[in-house]
Amino acid sequence: MAAASDDAIIRFENVGLRYGLGPEVLKDVNFELAKGSFHFLIGESGAGKSSLLKLIYLALKPSRGLISLFGHDIAVTSRHQLPALRRRVGVVFQEFRLLNHLSAFDNVALPLRVAGAKENLVKKHVTELLTWVGLQSHMEARPPTLSGGQQQRVSIARAIIARPRLLLADEPTGNVDDVMGFRLMHLFEELNRLGTTVVIATHNMQVVERLGHGRLLLDDGNLTVKPPQPKKETVAAASRLSKGEEDALAAAEQAAIADPFGDFPDENETFGDPASLGNYL
Amino acid sequence: MFKFFARRSDLPLDRDAHSQFLPWLIAFMVFLAVLAMAGMLMLNAVAERWDQGVTGTLTVQIAPSEDPSEDDIRLRNALTILASTKAIDRYEVMSDARVLKLLEPWLGGIANSDELPLPRLIDVELHSGADLDAAQLTERLAARVPGSSVDDHRVWLERLVSLIRTVQTLATMVLFFIAMATVGTVIFTTRTGLAIHREAIEVLHLIGAQDSYIARQFARRALALGLTGGLLGLVLGIPTLMAIGYLVGRMDGFLLPSLHLAGYHWILVGLLPVGVALIAMITARTTVLRSLAKML
Ligand SMILES: Nc1ncnc2c1ncn2[C@@H]1O[C@H](COP(=O)(O)OP(=O)(O)O)[C@@H](O)[C@H]1O
Ligand SMILES: [Mg+2]
Repeated sequence: MAAASDDAIIRFENVGLRYGLGPEVLKDVNFELAKGSFHFLIGESGAGKSSLLKLIYLALKPSRGLISLFGHDIAVTSRHQLPALRRRVGVVFQEFRLLNHLSAFDNVALPLRVAGAKENLVKKHVTELLTWVGLQSHMEARPPTLSGGQQQRVSIARAIIARPRLLLADEPTGNVDDVMGFRLMHLFEELNRLGTTVVIATHNMQVVERLGHGRLLLDDGNLTVKPPQPKKETVAAASRLSKGEEDALAAAEQAAIADPFGDFPDENETFGDPASLGNYL
Repeated sequence: MFKFFARRSDLPLDRDAHSQFLPWLIAFMVFLAVLAMAGMLMLNAVAERWDQGVTGTLTVQIAPSEDPSEDDIRLRNALTILASTKAIDRYEVMSDARVLKLLEPWLGGIANSDELPLPRLIDVELHSGADLDAAQLTERLAARVPGSSVDDHRVWLERLVSLIRTVQTLATMVLFFIAMATVGTVIFTTRTGLAIHREAIEVLHLIGAQDSYIARQFARRALALGLTGGLLGLVLGIPTLMAIGYLVGRMDGFLLPSLHLAGYHWILVGLLPVGVALIAMITARTTVLRSLAKML
C-alpha cells in the first residue's frame, strides 16, 4: 500500500468521525485512491457517504486519523493553504448549493473568479460550458427559477469549470431518471478519461453494476474497498431485479449511448457530446 | 470609483435590511464630528491669537468718587506710579467717549458722561517680554490711589485659554467616541451580515475562496455605506456651520475675535466623511477576517 502512496490523490489512515458527542459515523476508515481512478462510493442512506465526501472536500475535520490530499497531510496544512487545495477539487453537492441571488452564469463563474481569473476568460469559458450543458438560453436565470435538472447541470458546470484534478459528486443521479443517470455517468467517465480522478456517491446499485469501476463500500461507517469490476452486461445473476426491470435498465443505457446529447425529458435542451467536453475545459 | 461600486458582489450584501440604517447612523456621527472638529479648529485659531496678541497689556481702573476733582488727583498719582514702573512701555488714558462706548452694551443709549460718574481707565502696554508682578503693582497703586484696581489681561486670558484648551480636549474626545461608535456599529453590522450569509460564505470557501476574497466584499460594502453616510452628514453639517458662522459674525468681534474657518480647515472638515468611511472599511475587513479564521 505504501508503495502506491506517491500516486495517491486521497489517503485515509484510521480516520474516525463523530458529530459533536454523538456516535462515530465513520470508523477506522483506511483507503487510498490512485490518480486517475474512478470509484463509486456505495452505501445505504445514513451509511456515511456524504460525511466521507465532506472530509475529502475539507468541509469537516476528522475526529481522529490522518487524511492526506494531493500529498498534503491536512492536519498540518495551514488554513491559508486550504483554498489552493480546495480549488483542485470539484464538488457536485447533493443539494447543489447554488447561490440563489446569482445568475447561472455567475454561479458557474465563481470557481474561476475566486481563483482570480481574468474576466474576459471567465466569460469565454463559462459561456462555452453552459452552452455545452444546454443552458445557453438560461445564463442569466437565477437558480430558483430553474428546474431541478437545470440546477443540477449548473452545479455540474460549476464543479468542472476550473478543471479540477478530483471530482466528487454526492448522489448526482438521485433526482433524475435512468436515461439521464447514464448520461451523467458517461459525462463523469469522459472527465475521468481526461485525467480527473472521480468519486461518485450513490445508492443506485443498478447503474453502478452496469458501469463497473472501483467501489468504496460503506456500511454503518465501516469502509471496504473493492477493485474495479468488469462491466456487467447483465446483473441478473446477483439480481434483486426482475427481468422486466433489468430490460428497462438496459434500454435506458442503450438510449443514453444512442443519444448522448439527449433531449432532456422536461425541456428541449441538449447536452453536449461527452466526447467533446475536452474542448471546453 | 463608480466602477468600483458597480462591481458585482458574490454575496447579496446590498439587500441586507439590517445594514440599511448604517448610512444614517454614520451621517449623524459625521454631522457631530463636523461640528466638534469645526469648533476645535476655530477655538484653536482664537486661542493662538489671544496667546500672542494681548498678553502684554493690562488695564488700570479708578472708580469714580463723589468729587470729580479728587478723581483727577487720583488719576495723576496713578500715572506717576505707572511712569516709574520699569516694565511698562506705554500707557494711555481712555477718553470718556471710549469708556462710554465700552459701557454701552450694558447701559444702552442712556449713558451720558454728565449724568453718570464714569470710571477712569488707563490702557497699559508692557515692554515685550517684560515680567510684571501685577499683584505688586496693584498694591502700590492701592496705597496711593483709593478705588484703583488692575485688570491684568494675562490672568483672565490664561484662564480663557485654558478653558478653550479644555473645550478642545472635550471636542477631541467627542471625535474619538464618534470613531469608536462607528467601529462598534460596523462590527455589529458585519457580524450580522456574516451570520445571514453563512451558507453562501461556506460555499465560497469550499469553492476555494481565500478569506480576503470574502472580506473584500464586506469591506467594499462598508466603504460604500460609510461614504454615503459621511457625505450625507457633511451635507447636513456644513449649512449648520455656516449658520453658526453667520451668528458669530453678527457679534462683530465684540467678545470674540472673528471666529471663522480658514481654507485648510474646510479641507480637514471635508475629509471627515472619507476618514469615517475608511474606518468603516477597515473595521469590516478586520471583523470578517477574525470571524472566518474560526471557520474551517
Ligand atoms: N451535521 C450532522 N450532525 C449530526 N449527525 C449527522 C450530521 N450529518 C450526518 N449525520 C449523521 O451521520 C450519519 C451519516 O450521514 P451521511 O453522511 O449523511 O450518510 P449518507 O450520505 O450515506 O446518507 C447519519 O447517521 C446521520 O444522521
Ligand atoms: Mg448523503
